Amino acid sequence: MVFVNDPIKYLDAVIRDLLTGWGLSNGLSTVIIYFIGITVLIIFAMVLDIFLVWVERKVVARFQDRLGPNRIGPFGIIQPFADIIKLIIKEDITPGGADKFLFNLGPVLAISSVIILWAILPISSKIFGVDLNVAVLYLVAAGALGTLSIIVGGWASNNKYALLGAFRMVANMISYEIPMVIALLIPTILADSMSVQGITQAQGGMWFAFLSPLALIIFLISAIAELGRSPFDLNEAESEIVAGFHIEYTGMKFGLFYAGELLHAFTFGGFIAVLFFGGYGGFFGLEKIGLFSWLSNPFVQAIVFLAKAMFGYWVIMWIKYSMPRIRIDHMLAFNWKFLTPLALVVLVNTAILGKVLAGFPNWIYVLGMFSSNIVIGFITIQILRIYGRKQRNTLLKNSSTNGKNQEQVA
Amino acid sequence: MSIPLSWYLILAAALFCIGLFGVLSRKNAIAILLGIELMLNAVNINLVAFWRYQDPVKMTGQVFAIIVFAVAAAEVAVGLALIISVYRRRKTVIADEIDLMKW
Amino acid sequence: MTADRIIFLLTAGVILGSAIMVVVTRKLIHAALWLVAALFGVAILYGILQAGFLAVVQVVVYIGAIAILFIFAVMLTRKETLEKGTQTRPNWWLPGILGLIILIGLIILITGHIDFNRTAEQIPTNIDTLRLLGVALVSPDAFVLPFEIASVLLLAALVGAVFVASGKKE
Repeated sequence: MVFVNDPIKYLDAVIRDLLTGWGLSNGLSTVIIYFIGITVLIIFAMVLDIFLVWVERKVVARFQDRLGPNRIGPFGIIQPFADIIKLIIKEDITPGGADKFLFNLGPVLAISSVIILWAILPISSKIFGVDLNVAVLYLVAAGALGTLSIIVGGWASNNKYALLGAFRMVANMISYEIPMVIALLIPTILADSMSVQGITQAQGGMWFAFLSPLALIIFLISAIAELGRSPFDLNEAESEIVAGFHIEYTGMKFGLFYAGELLHAFTFGGFIAVLFFGGYGGFFGLEKIGLFSWLSNPFVQAIVFLAKAMFGYWVIMWIKYSMPRIRIDHMLAFNWKFLTPLALVVLVNTAILGKVLAGFPNWIYVLGMFSSNIVIGFITIQILRIYGRKQRNTLLKNSSTNGKNQEQVA
Repeated sequence: MSIPLSWYLILAAALFCIGLFGVLSRKNAIAILLGIELMLNAVNINLVAFWRYQDPVKMTGQVFAIIVFAVAAAEVAVGLALIISVYRRRKTVIADEIDLMKW
Repeated sequence: MTADRIIFLLTAGVILGSAIMVVVTRKLIHAALWLVAALFGVAILYGILQAGFLAVVQVVVYIGAIAILFIFAVMLTRKETLEKGTQTRPNWWLPGILGLIILIGLIILITGHIDFNRTAEQIPTNIDTLRLLGVALVSPDAFVLPFEIASVLLLAALVGAVFVASGKKE
């Protein structure tokens, strides 16, 4: 057992030897090792979060044809530290009628609902927190805790704008959980397992993004709505409700909300990579050839996973900085009238085709799944076209009759 | 796994009695529904404990618990919809004041 | 006092403490949030009982949907004057005594039965309880009929709740 091949078991053995050598019992040293592991994982996630602030500002600058922070440090890389220092030295205001305990609980719940997701993120085949066999459902549960944090934050601020923003945000989030759960069922069906390790290893032959691109699109849209990022960012609609539910939060509490949102976006990028793009593996069988066996090294897998997660995060940022905000009734209508039926149709299609094409060779299976998705997408676009034309015709008819009435009156 | 089954059953009984106290002694209709939720959770703990200690291979206890989840969700949805509708007409949620049909 | 007994006692403390706060506290929003804490404790209990799927479903269904419904209902039916007076009915000690009698009776019943003091046997490791649960829910000689009836019940509740709460004037 060398460190390069199996880092966690190696470190576990070393520390356990050390602790039992000092006289501690085996159970107690297990607990201490678990705590050390949790601390290291959280530190890694939070340091990554700091780096993500810099990435976000540079990328938004490039999308808007400017440079971004480039004064502090080379390429502005020390900018996030300046941000953190600014947030820490700001005055910490609690509004007068606010519920003190709940007011302080809001940001804590928000950031914890993101960090608990890092327990199941498969960074490599040998480096992960825990291999839950219900990991896909755990993802939805962490989203539910995030929803709770928004209500607590909005209510405890004792401010009607904050409450209104929190209501709209929560209505948004719980509505988009449904297409997300249905879209999450599709990799579960394709991989025959709900655990993220199982899903990653089932993509050794072909990525699920090619087997079911519609599921990827539906999951991407619902993930962006769950995150509360643009174009679904009603809680930060500065022109509408003045920063929404975190209007009363200052200093580091606001920093926790903000950093939590960025880390949540990166974590969802990671999950898109795991569920649809092969996670830490997915080299189409290349690592079985002797020349490329270094692709199975845990550290190489970790780098591959982080690269794919960064790509997923970049796609989420790309959508954020290119699209205008959607109105709340349009958002909910889009969810209930379009996304949920489409997700259900894709799910039934995947389930039936998965059984029908089970015995056939691999390329027929891949081709059948992919083309069925293309057919469903085509039919959907035709239905939307007919519906849009009908709506346009009624609008034209209404406006022309209105014009005629006005002429007669005048 | 060295916890006796009776511990789980006593915990479920205590939770049920606390829920019962909440239902019978609170004025607000929503607080009564909160007590009902506690009682449903106590029943669920009982079911899952018996599943684990009796026959973990046959899934009867867990399936029963899942059906109880579904029933609790349906009941809370309809109950709260009724309370909100009553609040709109009568402007009150105190259970004692909703007595239009009493003799 | 093995480790899992300590964890069980801590979880039981959280559950019972939060439940007492639910039925005692004056502000209804705090009661709903204490309910969230109690439900989370029950989810941890399901984890201790090795029913992992039920633990996650408890968080998703109860905390993610039912508790949020409660919080919304409390916020929509709020009146400042409601939370100033007493929250319990005039003869609240009567349900208290009733609950205590029922609790003592149940504890006597439970500890009297010799069979309830046993500890659990190990689940055989080659069994995947998640897969067995899935098969049990859709298999015709297992529980597909209650499963389908539960889904019809949920559909009826969905339609009924939307209609009742929408408050259209007739």
